[in-house]
Amino acid sequence: MHTLTAHEIRDKIKNKEMSSKEITKAFLDRIEKVEDKVESYVTILPEEAMKAAETVDEKIAKGESVGALAGVPMALKDNLCTKDILTTCSSKMLHNFRPPYDCTVAQKLKDADTVLLGKLNMDEFAMGSSTENSFFKKTKNPYDITKVPGGSSGGSAACVAADEAAFTLGSDTGGSIRQPASLCGCVGLKPTYGTVSRFGLVAFASSLDQIGPLAKDVTDCALVYDQIVGYDAMDSTSVNRKYASFEKALTGDVCGLKIGVPAEYMGEGISEPVQKAILAALDSFKALGAEYEDMHLPLNEYALPAYYMISSAEASSNLARFDGVKYGFRAEKFDDLVDLYAQTRSEGFGAEVKRRIMIGTYALSSGYYDAYYKKAQQVRTMIMQDFDKAFEKYDVLVTPATPTTAFGIGEKTDDPLQMYMADICTVSVNIAGLPAVVLPCGYDANGLPVGLQIIGKPFGEAAILNAAYALEKNISKVRPTL
Amino acid sequence: MKISKEEVLHVAKLARLKLSDSEAEALSADMESIIGFANKLNELDTEGVVPTAHAIPMSNAFREDVVKPSYDRDAMLANAPSAEDGGYTVPKVVE
Amino acid sequence: MNYETVIGLEVHAELKTNTKIYCGCKNEFGGEPNTHTCPICTGMPGTLPVLNKRVVDFAIKAGLAMNCTITKYGKQDRKNYFYPDLPKAYQISQFDLPLCQNGYIDILVDGETRRIGITRIHIEEDAGKLVHDDYANCSIADYNRCGVPLIEIVSEPDLRSPEEARVFLETLKSILEYTEVSDCKMQEGSLRCDVNVSLRPFGQKEFGTRCEMKNINSFRAAVRSMEYEQKRQAEVLSAGGVIVQETRSWDDVKGTSVVMRTKEDAQDYRYFPEPDLLPIVVSDEWVEEIKKTIPELPEQRRSRYVNDYGLPEYDAFLLTSSKKTADFFDETVNLGAAPKTVSNWLMGDIAKVLNDRELEAGDIPFSPAQLKSLIALIEKGTISNSAAKKVLNEMFNSSEEPEKIVEQLGLSQVSDEGALMAMVQEVMAQNPQSIVDYKAGKDRALGFLMGQVMRVSKGKANPQVISQMLKEALDKA
Repeated sequence: MHTLTAHEIRDKIKNKEMSSKEITKAFLDRIEKVEDKVESYVTILPEEAMKAAETVDEKIAKGESVGALAGVPMALKDNLCTKDILTTCSSKMLHNFRPPYDCTVAQKLKDADTVLLGKLNMDEFAMGSSTENSFFKKTKNPYDITKVPGGSSGGSAACVAADEAAFTLGSDTGGSIRQPASLCGCVGLKPTYGTVSRFGLVAFASSLDQIGPLAKDVTDCALVYDQIVGYDAMDSTSVNRKYASFEKALTGDVCGLKIGVPAEYMGEGISEPVQKAILAALDSFKALGAEYEDMHLPLNEYALPAYYMISSAEASSNLARFDGVKYGFRAEKFDDLVDLYAQTRSEGFGAEVKRRIMIGTYALSSGYYDAYYKKAQQVRTMIMQDFDKAFEKYDVLVTPATPTTAFGIGEKTDDPLQMYMADICTVSVNIAGLPAVVLPCGYDANGLPVGLQIIGKPFGEAAILNAAYALEKNISKVRPTL
Repeated sequence: MKISKEEVLHVAKLARLKLSDSEAEALSADMESIIGFANKLNELDTEGVVPTAHAIPMSNAFREDVVKPSYDRDAMLANAPSAEDGGYTVPKVVE
Repeated sequence: MNYETVIGLEVHAELKTNTKIYCGCKNEFGGEPNTHTCPICTGMPGTLPVLNKRVVDFAIKAGLAMNCTITKYGKQDRKNYFYPDLPKAYQISQFDLPLCQNGYIDILVDGETRRIGITRIHIEEDAGKLVHDDYANCSIADYNRCGVPLIEIVSEPDLRSPEEARVFLETLKSILEYTEVSDCKMQEGSLRCDVNVSLRPFGQKEFGTRCEMKNINSFRAAVRSMEYEQKRQAEVLSAGGVIVQETRSWDDVKGTSVVMRTKEDAQDYRYFPEPDLLPIVVSDEWVEEIKKTIPELPEQRRSRYVNDYGLPEYDAFLLTSSKKTADFFDETVNLGAAPKTVSNWLMGDIAKVLNDRELEAGDIPFSPAQLKSLIALIEKGTISNSAAKKVLNEMFNSSEEPEKIVEQLGLSQVSDEGALMAMVQEVMAQNPQSIVDYKAGKDRALGFLMGQVMRVSKGKANPQVISQMLKEALDKA
């Protein structure tokens, strides 16, 4: 049962072929069976989940109207605030934090009558590309538990890959949904900036963060996006726009679709199995009636340094509120107020978080603002113009999602800059605020998934999801053996 | 490029982080490498380019001046590491 | 060596909106600690600010009233620093694109009009309050005030004396009251002021080094602190010393200031554009809309009082310093009372009673119609001026009409000519020597006779009338 997709579960519950309690129990059993190996959950909520499932079943039995995803069990990344439920961001700093409010997307999924199975592991405060920066545990890649699931939404991706939930939500600031989706062989969507409300998402880099779904197939991805997309008055950066159903827009017809393949994403640094799989996928597209062509995004090499300046600067400010005064961890021993702050923050944050705070503080400090933060925001404008030009000619762009397949746990933890390179295929998309979907397009010799990224124009989710949908039919999906 | 230990400690002070000597040294090296990497941006001529603060060009997001109920104080203080007399307590602040 | 004092002020005014600047919590003074808060104004993780449109309306209104240019494309910025009263560890403010710029206020000092520049007005959020508990050796943070909307008004360093600065503050306060954007209650903290003082030799173009003073809680404290700083700096310079750029804290009880921080420990606020908020684009239409809501401002009223009512500038200035007083004046005059008379009452006896009872200017508990009645009673001769003062005092206590009060207190004077004439003649008949004395040039005799008539009338004779009658009778005698 746990191998069913979200749309299958939704339809079966609607048709009364299955109860929510049945499927929720199936997932809870699955979690019990494999969670020791995968370690994707920070908090599991068996009683709450069964209770929620029961409520949905009762409503359906009484013939009352229920939400669009009634009874479908899911899980949320642990930086999404859930009312009265531990929301830790996988950090010591928030190890005991229970927000008195739900994030908007959690509320929307509640309104859709989904069942919350638990909260998922991540890199601390969403900073990382392997989930090795979690304070609690290291999530494993279900395809090979000696490998990383990617990050920072490693728990969200591994959970879906291991069938520990029907779908999950993650967050993406520089690739944090797409890169783990790629390494774990699931479908992940980072929407256009502003289409999904950030209210209640613990902020990392405000101008880059977006929440998105991770799922077993493109249809699931689209139907979840349908539920979480939309204007929110509580988020000033939310776009006021109406959307047609993305699930209904999946036709699989890509005839005449003009695909651009930026050469900068296919050069050295991209491993051989990845290149091979991407090229094979492009041929599939061609066979389906699309056309593809090499092209250039000349400013691509500047995206990563710009990203690190902007994201670290914003993060250093967003994380300043964690000081042991209002919520979360507080150091036990301190001499005075300044020491309370310093001691709490030094003990409460992990090394990578401290590193980013230091870089961000430096970039914003007196004398350096123009050279680093402002400069990065100017380069950002230029990168956006680069993409604008590309989209005049092409409908979508196709690239690898990650330069390699999943790397080993501990392999890149010594050199932060090396770890940052894992994001080279994804950060420019956040810089430009564009939508991008990732889906598995093949497997390497060791059976590790290769992810393909389709980048679209602003608000171009329908086109990229449809292209992914078309490709997906040509890919034989391989399940991990756990 | 070089980032001295003094600079590192100054930045740590601004960020309210306490660093051991070895941490400060390691961070100095990390920062040099990462900020050095950022210096790559200087290869681009950004004269006259308007910095982008928001990816999607929008303006004027407002709300009406209508009161919403405040949260119950107990709910707000429930997460406080140290609370007393209805407030969040900190070591005495010398002004 | 004589030094010229140069003063610039930074005034923070709390805006009188219903809700806070970035969330829907009530914007209300007082209340039990932490009862007017929510996850947004206390900076809980994941929360986001949304700007209250009325805050922008009020800021534009204040800017227009101070002759500023309204910025067409403004933004908000984060000012980053750590302090327990600042839950997000940054204050959302405006750094380089404030809503209003390049304005001015005209003030009246020693009969002369001086134009004081307003550099900028920007919007920002207030921080919370810290209460220090010495017994438990800790401080307690109350976030009720977090997110209360503020405008910060920065003046050019155009002021040249503490007295000028005081007049500037009074004028600024009246403008904020007239536009109804702020309560301006310094004792409740809705108006706060920081002072910048520097000295330079007369004739020198460059400014001297300035010192900033904070913790000023009243206009009086502002003046005292500026006088102190003026003196302190002059002493340092005269002794051959150099002024160090510092921020000082004013202690109004001791009448001194102490150094808070020097330039070296000046904060690095690491300003950057607030990514959670959008730019504020102000159209010409919006500005026009706000312009229409601006009432007659103090300056225009003053002109009207001087030109239409012939009041002296000084009177006009005092009357318009409080909107409530000016409104009261206008209403009373509109009911038909004579402007100069109303002005004298408001500036004189009424002001005195308000002061004695520690009431705010303009917090008059009776109506303009009632004042008009009181004035009419005097003009009709029903009561004397001294009786009127008693009636006025009673009007502060009860809601009774003045006529009723006169009756209750038995204060009506006799003005009936026949009755008074009888009294005059009676007194003259009883005091022939006084008539002789008066004719011999002793003016005191008149006073004596008047006193006698007042005695006979038990104090109720209309003094002006009997004075006139006595004089005529004495001349005829």
